[in-house]
Parts: sequence; C-alpha cells; structure tokens
Amino acid sequence: MKLTAELNRRTILKGGTTALAMIAAPSVLRGAEPKPIKIGILQPVTGALAMDGEFGRIGAELGIADINAAGGIKALGGAKFEMVFGDARSNPEAGVQEVERMQGEGVAAIVGGFASPICLAASQAAARYDLPYIVDVGVSDQIIQRGLKNTFRFAPGFAICTRAAIDNLVRINEAAGKPARTVALVHEDGLFGSGLAKLMATELPKHGFEILETIAIPTPSRDLSNVTLRLRSLNPDLVIPSTYYGETVLLARTMQQQRVRPKGVYSVLNGAASNMRFVKEFPEAADKIMDCNHWHDPRNPKNADLRKRVDAAGKQWNYNTPLNYSCVALLADAIERAGSADRAKIIEALASSTFAGHLMPYGPTKFVDGQNQGAAPVSTQVQDGVIKVVFPEAFSDAKPVFPVRA
Amino acid sequence: MYSPAIVAEAMLNGLLTGAVYALIALGLTLVYGVLHIINFAHGAFLTCAMFAVWAAHSVLGLDPYLAILPLTLIFFAIGYGVQRFVIGPASHGDDGNILLVTLGLSIVIENALLAVFRSDTRSLSTDYSFNVVELGPLLISQARLFGLAGALVVTGLLWLLLARTDTGKAIRAVAKEKLGASLVGIDVRHVYAVTFGIGCATLAVAACLLMPTFYVNPRVGGAFVLVAFTIVVLGGMGSIPGALAGGLVIGVVESLCGLFLGESLGQIGIFLIFILVLLFRPTGLFGARA
Repeated sequence: MKLTAELNRRTILKGGTTALAMIAAPSVLRGAEPKPIKIGILQPVTGALAMDGEFGRIGAELGIADINAAGGIKALGGAKFEMVFGDARSNPEAGVQEVERMQGEGVAAIVGGFASPICLAASQAAARYDLPYIVDVGVSDQIIQRGLKNTFRFAPGFAICTRAAIDNLVRINEAAGKPARTVALVHEDGLFGSGLAKLMATELPKHGFEILETIAIPTPSRDLSNVTLRLRSLNPDLVIPSTYYGETVLLARTMQQQRVRPKGVYSVLNGAASNMRFVKEFPEAADKIMDCNHWHDPRNPKNADLRKRVDAAGKQWNYNTPLNYSCVALLADAIERAGSADRAKIIEALASSTFAGHLMPYGPTKFVDGQNQGAAPVSTQVQDGVIKVVFPEAFSDAKPVFPVRA
Repeated sequence: MYSPAIVAEAMLNGLLTGAVYALIALGLTLVYGVLHIINFAHGAFLTCAMFAVWAAHSVLGLDPYLAILPLTLIFFAIGYGVQRFVIGPASHGDDGNILLVTLGLSIVIENALLAVFRSDTRSLSTDYSFNVVELGPLLISQARLFGLAGALVVTGLLWLLLARTDTGKAIRAVAKEKLGASLVGIDVRHVYAVTFGIGCATLAVAACLLMPTFYVNPRVGGAFVLVAFTIVVLGGMGSIPGALAGGLVIGVVESLCGLFLGESLGQIGIFLIFILVLLFRPTGLFGARA
C-alpha cells in the first residue's frame, strides 16, 4: 500500500516536472523549427517474417532520412518526418496493437505491414481513425476490396501479379519460338499456393499450354524426392513452383541432384527465387530460375545508390527496401501537395497522386479504389549469381535465357 | 500409373528417409523405456543439434560428418546435465511433472533459438551435397546413403552398449525395476542422466546426417518428432530394434502415400498406422511389455 502511494507520488512528480518544463521551454524550442510530422512505420521485425520486416524497415528509414536531408516538407516550412516504428511481431493482432499505439502518438499516416493478414488488420484499425495507410507488400486483393477510404496499395496485388506473370511467360515463350508447351505446377497447399495453382491451371491452357500435373506439397516439407521423381517421369517443359523459401530451396536442390532439367523453372511470387540469399548460398541450384515478383527498376540509377547505402549498413537488399523507400516518398509527395498534415487532406492528396519519383518499375501512380494502377511486377531470372530483370523490356537489364536447355 | 522404376525408387527413398526417422525415434524410445517419460523436448533438442551443425559448418568450417564426434559428446553432456540438474530435480518424482517440464523446456529452447538465430531458414552447402550414386536407372543421394549407414551403425552400437557393457546392464536394470536397482547399489539418478544424454547424443548424429541436404529453422524439429512418436508406438515403446524397423516402415509408407496420394496427404498413411497399432496391437511390433 505504502509502496503504491510512493510510486504514485513519484509518477505525479515526474509528470509534473515534464509538464512544467514543457510550459517553460516552448518559446525557445518551437520557434526554431516547424513541428515534425510523425510517420508510423509498421513492419514485422520479430517472429517468422522478421527477415522481410528488416528489409522493409531499412527502406523506410532511408526514405525518411532522405526526405529530411532534402529539407523536409517545404509546404509546411521544412517540417521534418519523425519515424514512429511499430513491430508487428509477424501477427495481425500485434499489428493492430501497434496501430493503436501510433494513433496515441499522433502519427499523420502509416506505411508498411508486409504480410497480407497484417495489412488487412492494421489498415482496418487505422480506418477507424481515418488514418491514411499505405500498404507496402501485402498482395491479397481483399486489402483493397473493402472500400476503405484510408487504404492505398502502392505495389501490385495478386490479380495484377498473376495476370502479368502469365502474360510475361506467354511472351517470353513466344519470343523464343514457343519451345515450352507442357507444364507441371508445384504449389504449397495453403491459401497462397493453392489459389495461384488453380488460377494457372485455368489460364495457361487458354494460351496453348498443357498442364501435365498439379502437385501440392505441405509447408514444411521434410523431403521432396518423390515430387522430383514425379517431375522426372512427367518430363515437363516448364516447372512452375509457388512455394515458400525452405521448400523452394529444397526443390531446386533435389531437382539438381536428381538431374531433372526442364526447359525452364518459372515461379510466381516465390519465396526464394528472387531472394539474394538463395542465389548466394546455392548458385548452381538457383541458376536460370525465373520469378515474376516485386523488384526494383534496375535502370533507375537511384537504386544503385540506395543499394550501396544498404550494403554499407551491413544489411541485405531485397525488393521490400526500395518499395518502402518509395512508399515513404509517395507519402511525402502527398503531404507536400496537401500542404497540411491533416489526415483527410493527405487521403485526398494520395487519391489524386500522380507520383513518379519512385524506385520501382512502375508507371506514374494512379489510385483506383486504393490500388495503384501503375504498379506491375517484373519477371526476373538468376543469371550467373545475379538477379536480373528480363521482362518487360522497358525495365530489363538482361535478356531472358530461355529455353535453358534445348 | 507409375512405372515400376519410379515406385522402386520411391520405396528406396522412403527407406533412406526412414533410417533417419529411426535414428530420431531411437533416443525417444530409449528415454521412454528407461525413464518412463515422454520427452516433449526431443524435437527442440534436434533443432538445437541442427543449428549446432550449421554453426559448426558456417563459423568453424567443420564438415557435418566430421562434426559427428564432437557434437555427439557435447550433446551427451547437455542431455546429462539437463536430466540431472533440470528435469530430475524439477519433477519431484512425479511422472506428470516430468511431462510438463519437458514441454516447458521445448518452449524455452525453441524461443531461445528464435532469439539467437531469428526465424530465418538456413541451410548449408557442401561439395558433396548433390552427389548421387548411380544404381542402374536409379539415382540415389549419397548423403542419404550415409544417413542409412549412420542409422544402422548407431543402432548397432546402442544395442551393443545395452547388451554388453556394465552401463548397459545398469540401464536395463533401472528400466526393469528402479527400486531393486537402487538396492543393489546402482545410482539411479546417474543412470537416468546417462540415458537422457544418450538420447540427445543420437539426435546430434541424426542432425549431422540430415544437414548436408536439409534446412534448419527454429521450428523444424516439430516436423520430425511427431513422426518419431508414431515410430516409437509402432515399434513398441522402449524397443530399439522396434525403433529401427518402425522407422523404415514409416519411411516407406510415407513415401508411397506421398507418391500416390500427393505430398500433402502423405502423412495420412503414417497416422492411419498409428491409430491401427493403438487399436489392435498397443504394445507395438516389438513391444514385449504388457
């Protein structure tokens, strides 16, 4: 009892001192610089998605640093961005908690989320406060189908990605003289892989491909020898895997070992095929694998600079980094045009954005119902230990090697 | 539906995978047979061992097969220490407590690994990871053949240890009659700890045999330990030949189910066997005890 009373007195004293200091100091502090604009950055940096969360965090941090270094938001007298970071701990509940905390701290907007479930829950929570929310990666199309006025997705969603994946594949195949006709689909048996496989199985036959077999695998898989055996007996021209990191690596290694050599491996939104770690650790197994995924625009020189800074910080580079950097820049542009950190005005400015100063292989930004219509994935290919963009040609820095074997 | 060559190769794959399953089940069955506890931390210890192999390779440059000897000794010591100073004292002689202590241990270990190694999936690459042995039309992974050989050698050694040495006699005595064993001067707590240590040591061997071709993340142990429990039940709780035979059978069943029903349903066969054994032969294939 006594202890509680003491603690309370101390807390009150502490609070009182701070309040006093604030009343005494403002004329000096406030006069010098405009009030900073608080920006919520939400990423899962612990738990199962920690690796991706870190990729995103460094991108957002560098984005904020660059905006501040360039003089902040000019329309607001050079107001600086101040990051309020939230760890979504790889689950939607924690994402919502962090949104509530950010709301308490008075952020003007939130950027990030990474995984679809986190983006869904966090943007919903932000919508209650009319808080602008820019989704970085989350590909589930449900995110933009709920009619939330506050939610904007800068990157392409599932529908755009799969459509582009099929278009790109058809055109890469045509350009090479149609060497591939038969396809085997290998997918993880969750929502992501099954949905993708189903779509492929209905769409690809329309373009003259024959689906030989659709093979579902669990996550985690202990062993993919049997899958590889089936692939060897089917002998498809193309193998299309939609699996997570561990299984993709296991499949690629087992295929290499069992000498299954299709004319191409073409993955879609894959967990490993455009991940530098896979390429570095298993250069032989990863070689010539193609992926249709988020990636930066290799022709934009700003990416090379950003990448150098990421390397200098001792961090790894992935598409999340330029994507979050671009999302922060998109937000800064909107606040600049809104001329205010008022939430309703930011939402209005985002909705009418034509922002083109980003690092992604997208056209100018144009939001329709929260989805950026300028966004598109690209087809990448691992060539001699480097991930190259091979399609579309407007953004490519290499030609596709296809078929890999005659 | 599939050519005989493919079915044969799938069965062979199953045998090779099953051998490693057997190795993992071996430790589990030994600990059950002697201590009469179901060690829920078995999977967590396996994950630990796999991370140890990975770290030994990527930090010290130690080949996974050369790491077998030092890691076996280290994991024996860890197992001995954990049983002697954590599980034993914390259980206060109650088997129900032990169950919860091992469950708690598994949660602690898994989260400690998560804190240290993060949740990334890691794998290591050796020059021979992709080597195959050609047997007519069959391509057999060399690493898996080593796995089979390793499992057979460890089972043989363990059997020799239990049948021929004084330690083995003491372990068997404690397993049969704890009170009687302590009356004739056997240090029961020491034997418990030795048994637990051996259980962990087999996991170290299994980890060294797995890592050249497999990956590790903090949750990976769970994928193996569920299968190991099934093998222990199938082979007979506490039976060493049972664990070996059970492992091989489960491996083949899983492989064939995977081939014919699809990988996602491959596990159905395993758990069907689990239920059937519990219904019709609860003592398992080699279980003598009623």
